[in-house]
Amino acid sequence: MDEARISRRGLSPRLWLAGGWLLLALLAAIFAPLVAPQDPLAQDLMLERLPPFWLDGAEPGYWLGTDSLGRDLLSRLIFGGRIAFIVAFAAAIAACLVGSVLGLIAGYFGGWADRIISRIVDIWMAFPPVLFAILLVAVLGTGLSSVILAIAIIDWTRFCRVIRAEAMGQSRMDYVENARIAGYGRIGIMLREVLPNVVPSIVALLSLEMGIAVIVEAILSFVNLSIATDDPTWGGIIAEGRLSIHQAWWVLVFPLITLILTVLSFSQFGEALKTRFDPVLR
Amino acid sequence: MLLQRFLIRLLTMLITLFGVAVVVFVVIRVAPGDPIAMMLPPGATNDDIARLRALYGLDKTIVQQFFIWLSGVARGDFGTSISLRQDVLGLVFNRLPATLELAIVALVMAVAIGGTTAILGARERGTAVEAGIDIASGAALSIPDFLWGLVLILLFGVLVPIFDISGRVSPQLDLPFVTQFYFFESLLRLRFDLTWDLLKHMLMPAVALALPLAAIISQLLKQSLKEVLDLDYVVLARVKGFSETQVILREALKNAALPTLTLIGVQFTFLIGGTVIVERLFSYEGLGNMAIDAVINRDLPLIQGIVLVFALLFVLINLVVDMMYALLNPRLRHG
Repeated sequence: MDEARISRRGLSPRLWLAGGWLLLALLAAIFAPLVAPQDPLAQDLMLERLPPFWLDGAEPGYWLGTDSLGRDLLSRLIFGGRIAFIVAFAAAIAACLVGSVLGLIAGYFGGWADRIISRIVDIWMAFPPVLFAILLVAVLGTGLSSVILAIAIIDWTRFCRVIRAEAMGQSRMDYVENARIAGYGRIGIMLREVLPNVVPSIVALLSLEMGIAVIVEAILSFVNLSIATDDPTWGGIIAEGRLSIHQAWWVLVFPLITLILTVLSFSQFGEALKTRFDPVLR
Repeated sequence: MLLQRFLIRLLTMLITLFGVAVVVFVVIRVAPGDPIAMMLPPGATNDDIARLRALYGLDKTIVQQFFIWLSGVARGDFGTSISLRQDVLGLVFNRLPATLELAIVALVMAVAIGGTTAILGARERGTAVEAGIDIASGAALSIPDFLWGLVLILLFGVLVPIFDISGRVSPQLDLPFVTQFYFFESLLRLRFDLTWDLLKHMLMPAVALALPLAAIISQLLKQSLKEVLDLDYVVLARVKGFSETQVILREALKNAALPTLTLIGVQFTFLIGGTVIVERLFSYEGLGNMAIDAVINRDLPLIQGIVLVFALLFVLINLVVDMMYALLNPRLRHG
């Protein structure tokens, strides 16, 4: 394992880059009102479709240019990061809690609990996830909490499937048998012995899920089914950019770069965390 | 043994489909927003609304509605679309071929790209070539189809505009086809002028869908090949004087392919799920694009029909893969 070799020597450059980008984007989002050069909602038709700073016709203060309503692109990206990170953290943690608990129960207890939970997972896997997300937000009504809830409702199965398999493997290990002989209760063993051993997988999945949540939010706001207000979102900016692609390419390029960097960083982070936490690989 | 396995799978498949039907039925009926009110012009009376509700069966309880709908589905009647006022099954069958064509072309591309890079990486193992393939497949895997679609639009739709970025076929073309499988039919009829136009529209969405799957195939197949390449019989073939490429293609590949084959099955359903947003991105007139419109228009019968058809497709693919695995795996075949 290359990752393991690298993590033994300390953090890899790739991990530094990933962590650095996420930290930068997160801090910018938190301190958006202080960092953003312009009001992200301010429209000015005199300033429409200004190009980014290195091109002719750029205006100082509008570093990445403006969209077709004259709104500053950089400020919109910074404020859009707020929605993206809130959704990433909240949806991933919610999906993780539900999926891990059900996965632990199914994998460790087996029997009827496993059969019922596995059947529900099968049903969930037979839905096209993007369509399911769009449907749920349409049903729940647009808004930040709907988006978070929809992602959690769909993606808990990612955690459940992996944790179920791991818990099943762990519960056959000798140490679990020993704990049982020592007189520990089943729930006690599950929480004290099995759970700590599946934590590396949970943490790695959590990081990957944050990247997925960012994408799903972008897709939802791309089809105009995300938050109900005018607040900028990365997917919403992309939708505008897709429409004005022949007049103002930068409105599509910059949010796209932002999304790609964020998703790549979350997945790099997940991989690295997994190898760092895993006692066998370490 | 095989038959028994098949029957059990068939039964669980039906349970899954029933579950999907229940979930989607319940979910869309708790939706706020009256689809009937959206159909009528402003100023319609309450009587008009009530009459129309009764016409679409929306005045009955959820349980009644479900069994009426289910008995209809059993007879092949999926109801009438509220927004398009046509038979749901007809609408779905009209659009399904476009989505299937796109998904199959994407699958073929994924297998071709993934297989080639896996074989190349296994042959050049330990070199810079393998490292390059690893980095490329890592990136292709981490970036989802939605973002690949946008990257491709920018590169080959705007920067070097060689492909069309919206639609399925140029509108001015006259299509003399009897099926909705335009691409496949154009190939069979040797109308390569039309094939080219269809391909120019289909290529970018197909590549966007194919890249993540190609990366998974490449990684897993390369891993399996590298494991097989150390086994005795492969070493023997090498001693006999076969070149490394010949060893991989003639000896290693057939034994290394089985895990990849199983994986392709599951991943193919993910790819089909991805068509929903990729079709939207490229304004490709397939099932997924219609599904998003159906959700926006709150067209309940159409949403139900489309989701159920997707679910049927998914469980069928899983069934086929499971059966193929049982047939190909010697341990299960003789077990």
